[in-house]
Amino acid sequence: MNCRSEVLEVSVEGRQVEEAMLAVLHTILLHRSTGKFHYKKEGTYSIGTVGTQDVDCDFIDFTFVRVSSDELDRVIRKAVAEFKDALGNSGSDGMGQISLEFYQKKKSRWPFSDECIPWEVWSIKVNVVNLANEQERQICREKVGEKLGEKVINIVEVINRHDYLPKMPTQSEVDNVFDTSLKDVQPYLYKITYQITDSLGTSVSTTMRRLIKDTLAL
Amino acid sequence: MDSDLSPQDKKDLDKFIKFFALKTVQVIVQARLGEKINTCSSSSPTGSDWFNLAIKDIPEVTHEAKKALAGQLPGIGRSMCVEISLKTSEGDSMELETWCLEMNEKCDKDIKVSYTVYNRLSLLLKSLLAITRVTPAYKLSRKQGHDYVILYRIYFGDVQLTGLGEGFQTVRVGIVGTPIGTITLSCAYRTNLALMSSRQFERTGPIMGIIIDHYVERPFTNMAHMHPCSYRAPGEDEGGTYAGIEDSQEVCTTSFSTSPPSQLYSSRLSYQTPALGTVDLCHPTACTAAAHPHQMVVPGKEGGVPQVPAQPTHGTAAEHGRIPSCPTGQSPQLAPPTSCSSEVKTVSPSDALETTFTRKVGAFVNKATTQVTTTSLDLPFAAFAPRAYDLQENDPMVHPPPSPAPSSPLQGSLHSNTSSHSGGQPQDDFVMVDFKPAFSKDDLLPMDLGTFYKEFQNPPQLASLSIDVSVQSMAEDLDSLPEKLAIYEKNIDEFDAFVDTLQ
Repeated sequence: MNCRSEVLEVSVEGRQVEEAMLAVLHTILLHRSTGKFHYKKEGTYSIGTVGTQDVDCDFIDFTFVRVSSDELDRVIRKAVAEFKDALGNSGSDGMGQISLEFYQKKKSRWPFSDECIPWEVWSIKVNVVNLANEQERQICREKVGEKLGEKVINIVEVINRHDYLPKMPTQSEVDNVFDTSLKDVQPYLYKITYQITDSLGTSVSTTMRRLIKDTLAL
Repeated sequence: MDSDLSPQDKKDLDKFIKFFALKTVQVIVQARLGEKINTCSSSSPTGSDWFNLAIKDIPEVTHEAKKALAGQLPGIGRSMCVEISLKTSEGDSMELETWCLEMNEKCDKDIKVSYTVYNRLSLLLKSLLAITRVTPAYKLSRKQGHDYVILYRIYFGDVQLTGLGEGFQTVRVGIVGTPIGTITLSCAYRTNLALMSSRQFERTGPIMGIIIDHYVERPFTNMAHMHPCSYRAPGEDEGGTYAGIEDSQEVCTTSFSTSPPSQLYSSRLSYQTPALGTVDLCHPTACTAAAHPHQMVVPGKEGGVPQVPAQPTHGTAAEHGRIPSCPTGQSPQLAPPTSCSSEVKTVSPSDALETTFTRKVGAFVNKATTQVTTTSLDLPFAAFAPRAYDLQENDPMVHPPPSPAPSSPLQGSLHSNTSSHSGGQPQDDFVMVDFKPAFSKDDLLPMDLGTFYKEFQNPPQLASLSIDVSVQSMAEDLDSLPEKLAIYEKNIDEFDAFVDTLQ
């Protein structure tokens, strides 16, 4: 099974990074979260209800919709804050990429550990620009708002192709497909990683790390 | 086609489509109310949240939607459309967007109705939630208030897009294949807002006195007679085929079953009529707009009287000053729909706008208006000076120049700085005033602060800074430097010891 990979690119000002990333990640997670499953006897289950919340951005003329789950919001904000700090501290010319990967766990026999098989990866490439004056910032506010709108439309387009989705699991398998740690919603298993591109346009260290990790995981 | 579908599946599918249509209308209309929507997630299913999404049902909207559908379902050749338009306080209206729920003939026979179709419809609703915040009408709807409102109209039948002007754009929200056809949801939105903006600028021409009557009474009272037409296709039977579905008291409890490894299972929807009645059970409060179901007016963002914003906003109403006599009771009685963690919207109490200032085209622009009385002053920012401003004649502080004083730029600026204390208005070159500084008493000392200040405000220049002397002394300094350096080097130990004592 091939992993579906989508790449989105945004150019933002420094203080817009956080909100832009939150907007994109939350929009994706809105579509990739369900209500909590409640398994009953005879193999049936019912699904809880997902609420939604509008979030206005302060630095961008944009409003996005996220799942009403403070726990999930905290996790995402933490990841985005780390990414933003890394981007700021990198000393590079402000280019980086944050990836949201949905995966399934496949139980392996001992002594091999469980495999994580990604089935959808969203990569958001960020380019941080520096603006000279307030007028440019104002224009940037609106422009980035429009761009994010386009990204939301792109995301919706991809999702509504109804490509592969993991099968609905039985009770014993639910943790291999969904993240059941939250108490109000249940997103598909996901992980967020990021890498900062150095000025040569390559991210040497993370690539090496990933290669080694993948080799060992086999 | 239908023979491939079991009766139960057909019934389920019709039900899904019906409630999907109703929820679609709710999402679209609620997204244009002008407020942020907030609903709670619930881990235990409540039984009335269709598609596992917490979407509130505004009763009037449901009523209108059902009226438009008239017992039918969106099908091939029968589209359900929600038209969003803008209406200004002067009666101009303009269509902004049209959301279309259509069905085409492409069938997906193998798809599982009660599971896959249901989940995909849920996904489509989520996409609709996201896309409704992206189209241009969203920003306009968030800024609606006294200058314009956003209206909706639901109709059934053929899609009409001519009102959107030239160059309208279309965005597809998504599609869901079903055994009887493919459901598509899309939005066509106007891109040409030029008509509106030019009208906006026309309205900024007249001064307030002429258009005063707009703000005396409710600007939209005439809307009571306006009922958006809901199209009903002639000659179609109503409700006969779908009698079983026409029930507003339905609750959906969905349960799914899994049977590994594949998804071959049967799921059943159980319909329970709750003891207490309507679907609104879960929605304790709702929009109380009984009078105007199609008009979503909420108290303007700025409260009963709009404030003058710091920055001009694009595409929206120009700011108008407000006459305080405009009764604040006029704010519409409609309460915005509340949600689980609702914030009660209060009218901002900042109605005390100064009538001194009318429309702000830009900061410090001195438009000729009758209300501004202080613009005749030559003071910088005179328009912002306090209104209760004593005139020169009444001010006992103002005296003619008592004695000739050296005129210097310093003195001139001194006067402009102190004029607020003295009340003098330096309309001529210099007006000598008796300077009475604040908080100073002249009872004890013969010389008070003011006199001291005046006498010593022009001290003589320092001798060392005078040009004749400075050059000479500089030369002397330079000459003596080597000697001084030699002395310092000799005494270096002393200096070091001194430094040590400091540490």
